Amino acid sequence: MSTLTINGQDLTLGDDEQLNVVQAAKKAGVEIPHYCWHPSLSVVASCRMCLVEVGEKKPDGSVAMMPKLVPACQTPAKANTVVVTDSDKVKQAQAATLEYLLLNHPLDCPTCDQAGECFLQDYSFKFGNAETRLQEPKEIRKDKDYIGEQITLFTDRCVMCSRCVRFTREISGTAELQIVNRGTHAEIDIYPGNPCDNKLAGNVVDLCPVGALCSKDFLYKQRVWWLKSRNSVCPGCSTGCSIHVDQNEDHIYRLKPRENPLAQGDFMCDEGRFGFKYVQAEERLTAPEWKKPQPESNGSSSSVSRWSEIVNHVRESFRLVAKKSPRSIAAVFSPWMTCEEAYLLASWLKKLSPQVRLTLGPIPVVGEDDRYPKNWRGEPLEPTKFTIRAEKCPNRLGVAAVLSHFQSIREDFSSIFNAARAGELQAAYVVGGGPPGWLSSDEVKALAQVPLLVAQDILRSELTNAAQVVLPGASFAEKEGTYVNHAGLAQMILRSVHPVAEGYNDCRIFMEISQREGLFNARVMRKEIAEQISAFRPIASGDLGEYGVMLPALQGAAKQANLSEARQ
Amino acid sequence: MADSDLALLARINKPDSQSLVGYLADGGYESFKKALSMSPNEVTDLVKNSGLRGRGGAGFPCGLKWTFLPKDHPGPIYMCVNADESEPGTFNNRILMEMDPHQLLGGIMLACRGTRATTAYIYLRYEYGRSFRTLEKAIAECYAQGLLGKNIQGTDFSLDIYVHRGAAAYICGEETGLIESLEGKRAWPRVKPPFPAIEGAFRKPTVVNNVETLCCVKHIFDRGISWFQSIGVPPDPNNPRDAGSYGPKLYQASGHVNRPGCWELPLGVTARELIEEQAGGVWKGRQAKAVIPGGLSTGFMTHAELDTPLDFNGPGKVGCLGLGTAAAVIIDDQTSMVDVLYNSCRFFAHESCGQCTPCREGTTWMTKILHRIRTGHGALRDLDLLKEVADSMGIMPGTTICGLADGAAWPVKNAMQKFRPEFEDYIQKKLTSQDPIRELVGTH
Repeated sequence: MSTLTINGQDLTLGDDEQLNVVQAAKKAGVEIPHYCWHPSLSVVASCRMCLVEVGEKKPDGSVAMMPKLVPACQTPAKANTVVVTDSDKVKQAQAATLEYLLLNHPLDCPTCDQAGECFLQDYSFKFGNAETRLQEPKEIRKDKDYIGEQITLFTDRCVMCSRCVRFTREISGTAELQIVNRGTHAEIDIYPGNPCDNKLAGNVVDLCPVGALCSKDFLYKQRVWWLKSRNSVCPGCSTGCSIHVDQNEDHIYRLKPRENPLAQGDFMCDEGRFGFKYVQAEERLTAPEWKKPQPESNGSSSSVSRWSEIVNHVRESFRLVAKKSPRSIAAVFSPWMTCEEAYLLASWLKKLSPQVRLTLGPIPVVGEDDRYPKNWRGEPLEPTKFTIRAEKCPNRLGVAAVLSHFQSIREDFSSIFNAARAGELQAAYVVGGGPPGWLSSDEVKALAQVPLLVAQDILRSELTNAAQVVLPGASFAEKEGTYVNHAGLAQMILRSVHPVAEGYNDCRIFMEISQREGLFNARVMRKEIAEQISAFRPIASGDLGEYGVMLPALQGAAKQANLSEARQ
Repeated sequence: MADSDLALLARINKPDSQSLVGYLADGGYESFKKALSMSPNEVTDLVKNSGLRGRGGAGFPCGLKWTFLPKDHPGPIYMCVNADESEPGTFNNRILMEMDPHQLLGGIMLACRGTRATTAYIYLRYEYGRSFRTLEKAIAECYAQGLLGKNIQGTDFSLDIYVHRGAAAYICGEETGLIESLEGKRAWPRVKPPFPAIEGAFRKPTVVNNVETLCCVKHIFDRGISWFQSIGVPPDPNNPRDAGSYGPKLYQASGHVNRPGCWELPLGVTARELIEEQAGGVWKGRQAKAVIPGGLSTGFMTHAELDTPLDFNGPGKVGCLGLGTAAAVIIDDQTSMVDVLYNSCRFFAHESCGQCTPCREGTTWMTKILHRIRTGHGALRDLDLLKEVADSMGIMPGTTICGLADGAAWPVKNAMQKFRPEFEDYIQKKLTSQDPIRELVGTH
């Protein structure tokens, strides 16, 4: 325990808290402006925005202040430290630094993407002066759109905090960005022909505290104050990066990483950042469809697209099959389903008959886990600071945990596949929900032989073309639920945009098919799952908070799975 | 000083002053061989007790710096020799390296014995091509004679010396900037702590010493502490923090004097003695309007302050930054201080490394303001602005990482304090300087 004083206010820190004065002040509710400091990057103390007065409280109660200002980012928050951030001296230094930073800044806020979430704007408003005393024309520098495939540099907006440079050196290890020239002519640049195109490059846009580095994908699309932001989890891989989904009028404009020390840290990969576009693709299924075979007429089939009729049809036909031969019913769960969806579908089918076969569909694995930072040869270095996982789905652990609750013997997807190919299945319920290309065409061909095939997915595909009943599901951005990442961390996803299919999302479909009463509520459902399934007990409150909750039972499972993979 | 009393410059006029043969004939390296029989602590104590202060500008006690190295460090410990002599007006290291390289090598060897360093890097500014060649040759001679390398003279002491050429940047003279540059990085001074003595070059304990300091070390071993302390100014008994200004110092004079040059004088000569007795007085029979006491960054002394002793405390008493490198630049009374200050700001704007915001933007802003004044568009409020900008940068207010921002600000502070009437007159009469536009070309 150590106690320090910030602006006359006492703050007690635990023994395990190794904070600097910026972080400690934040805990005490005092904002210390800073540009170059970032919790995940090394300390350079060069922007001089976080200057504060620091002193030491002596045992006799007197305070000895240091005569000069010190950068708060470089000062450890030790016991008996006295920090003053609101003295005239500090305010003067803050105003001076901001005036310097704005000397050559173009002040093109009306056309700048960062406007609204810009630290130059915010700090100038809070700590700066309203006018500049520079009479000479500002330095004009050329914009550099060649800096990367996804990023562009507005050179004259830069405040030289060097966060982006340190990111490419310390986190990605690829070191494409650098500072060229000296003094006031210093600029961020790349070595000619070596653009910043690493798999984490998009993070430099988030790191940039001003509008210098912008995302080409987002450029000039939206003013940020129009965007509504909800917490979610990236479905791109089993790392399960915490993210914000930023949307306006039901259109998602960007995903941004959300700080989460339990999941990924402060960053996310470009694959996840820009890979959400399928959610808004033309091929999205927007209406349910039941292709009714009409044997007596001229060979054409008629189709029904009323939800109530289709839901009743699915419910009744599955019940009929379950009565006759329950082993001929199979359900294929996808690793993009939330735990709640898996729970609802599994509990309905197992209520029809305990012999219904449930299986987790194929797990997409691409290459090997991609660990950063890398050295110049591309080999990963220790300690690992970011991992893009080979398992390209968000919730294998969660769905598998639900399935193992309902079905003590694990059913492999290959056995269902073989059964379908052999014509042993009467009815199959296949749920997708991820990006295109989840099932191979062989697998689709086998499933297409099932007389009653229900496909619930978000995109039109071979599978939905082959199915008798097609139900449009919701993507990760359109539903609420729980994802469990590779390490057993259960995180909440929140609905950012409305579901495209008349307000139906997967859970509502399952609720209606299984005739559960009430509306779907993820929080209530989590409580129910936690009561039923012991592995989910830690989430019994239904609330997972900002960072999510670790599920120790699944943590063990995750480790075991990794071990068995390693043995193979 | 009479020629027979000279130490640092004693050999420079000899015909074979650069060769090992000549150096050995003058009794060189005897003190090093003596030091090999002493323990490193004894060597350090000797330097510490001599009261030798660093000649690079800050005047930090040399032996004390060595004692900051961690005790019982398994090694390696590095010695960096700061030969990046870039302070405008300064050229004494160049003379030492070009004319008597073995004197410097002898000093380095003694310092490495004292600090337990086994590798020394001479960080040489790029422009000193002749120094580079003489040093390389001298080092090769030493290796051939067994004065460098493994187990020197059959003892357990090993030492390698390398000459590393910089790429011509003023900032590399800052000790951590020098270390970064030596490591092959951009010469951005590091945040301290940790200080180089704990974590310096290649993350190992490192001592950075100036060329002239190390040459003094050699003479302290040759002639003893009592000789060293017989020269210069003893500490002020009324100031317990004063470490005194002992020893000989290479003073330089340049600018508007009849005989510019470099002389070895006892610390504490006054600026007037330097100008009139050594440099032959101000040229063309004029008066000195201002004197830069020790390199551009130390600021200006006025004509009335010429009797200030140029020791480690003197220039500070009249508002200058310090003794600096004892490189006096004399400015005659026909020169406009506006032009002098503009030139100074232009230099520092060009050399600011660009890491800390106040120095990066402030130096260029001051240059622009002075440029405006010189084109006849200045206003009196610009002088307050200049002073405000200058006051807001440097490690003294705490707004920058390294001390070079103080050096950039100091001439402006001094000029505003001591020559303000001249600036006001210049602005009010709307004077202009010749062709300021052409002068701005190339100030990238």
